Amino acid sequence: MILTNLILVLVVLTNLKLLGSSRIGSSIRVVAAQGVVLGLLPILAHVHDLSLRFTLLAIGTVAIKGVVFPWFLFRAVREADVAREIEPYVGYVTSLLSGVVILAVSFWMCQRLPVPETLASSWLAPVALFSIFAGLFLIISRKRALSQVLGFLVLENGVYTFGVGLAPQSSLLVEAGVLLDVFVAVFVMGITIFHINREFDHINTEKLNTLKD
Amino acid sequence: MNFLSIIPFLLAITLAPLLPGIINRTKALFAGRRGQPFLQTYFDLWKLLHKGAVYSHTTTWLFRAGPMLGLAAVLVAVALVPLGNFPALIAFPADFFLFACLLGLMRFFTVLAALDTGSSFEGMGASREVFFSALTEPALLVALATLARQAGNLSLSAIFSQVSGGHWLQAGPVMALVLIALMIVLLAENSRIPVDDPNTHLELTMIHEVMVLDHGGLDFAFILYGAALKLWALSALVVGMIVPDTGAVWLNLVLPVGGMFLVAVIVGVVESTMARLRLLIVPQLLVGAGALAAMAFLLGLNK
Repeated sequence: MILTNLILVLVVLTNLKLLGSSRIGSSIRVVAAQGVVLGLLPILAHVHDLSLRFTLLAIGTVAIKGVVFPWFLFRAVREADVAREIEPYVGYVTSLLSGVVILAVSFWMCQRLPVPETLASSWLAPVALFSIFAGLFLIISRKRALSQVLGFLVLENGVYTFGVGLAPQSSLLVEAGVLLDVFVAVFVMGITIFHINREFDHINTEKLNTLKD
Repeated sequence: MNFLSIIPFLLAITLAPLLPGIINRTKALFAGRRGQPFLQTYFDLWKLLHKGAVYSHTTTWLFRAGPMLGLAAVLVAVALVPLGNFPALIAFPADFFLFACLLGLMRFFTVLAALDTGSSFEGMGASREVFFSALTEPALLVALATLARQAGNLSLSAIFSQVSGGHWLQAGPVMALVLIALMIVLLAENSRIPVDDPNTHLELTMIHEVMVLDHGGLDFAFILYGAALKLWALSALVVGMIVPDTGAVWLNLVLPVGGMFLVAVIVGVVESTMARLRLLIVPQLLVGAGALAAMAFLLGLNK
């Protein structure tokens, strides 16, 4: 229980750090750390009824989110010569404050939602919701395509957090499927970034607005 | 209120100038120097008290009143702060608002006196000090509100006598977040290194020191003593969160005082191992402290 709460607090802290961070490299590392920490969640949330599927889920998550994604994203940074500075539409301090507001909204919403009683911790649903909203916020408030990929990963981490909390009810197949989806998505996004970069000399998505036929 | 509650106040007004001495000795140790005596601040205060002050013709009565009113404000603030499990001299529900208010008042008079000199450097320092304190004050208040919620009480003395090991076991993350937020507030409010460098002598980068450049003699002694008292008051908040209630009166007195010295050592270590942040980054750190405090508050609400 205490360890689960500790992990959830770490997830919130990494999300806040992402909202206030200005460097793409450190952001990738933070997302990787969040993935590793979340990988441990299924083991800790179900210590008393630990089974093979939770262990496999944990190993798979840590391997993909903690090793494969960072390696792939760092490679994209290197190959596509992405600038190390994140260009935000919304400033870092404003983003951080928005994060706190989002956290408050998540807690407020979860008091009204009929959340299942079987959740491992009372903080689990709000933190999952916070991750989803924070990921959405990162996607809409950053200019660079790579930062948006990171936002997408944070969003998925939120879905995953909620799924782990409900794991006894949901099936392993769903979790594995989501993991695979995300893997393919990041793979495709990485390739797209690389190719866009080869065609054009920047990957600022705001310029897409000027594309007209 | 019993007669024992005078003890924290007496300890504060006698031992506060020791804290800067400990910080400086820690920094000297890290730098491989012997460092100044622990009692250096007392010597400085003694020397300054025997000096006269020189006043510029452009200043008004505000400039002379600033240090005096600042010291008065911080003395009352110190009287509100308990030491570990010892209740403070003055305690009433929601006194932490008055505490934050008095620290703000002290800063207000320092800023007024700085602006009164008409020096452009002092104006810059005043502007930065006010900007940064506007960001630390919410962090301080939200952190104290979280503690009040955890302890189920609104008075500083009651909060710190009720916060115990049980709270750390039950709501460890909440307490840890509050502790970190309070520590950042302590460093920022006392113009310590990640925010401001007390040793710098370049006016462009100074924040607090530049505001008191034109004060001398008795006035400067008041300012130095006020700064030491402010450091003591905020350290007492940090110490009060950690120190357990041992039951024995002597131990309850020795442990917090030892904790205060430990906080001073930690501040010294932070100063020796970190560089000062760029002025543009400082607001991020302070807003971050506020975010941590707000997060602790929200987590504490939904146990």
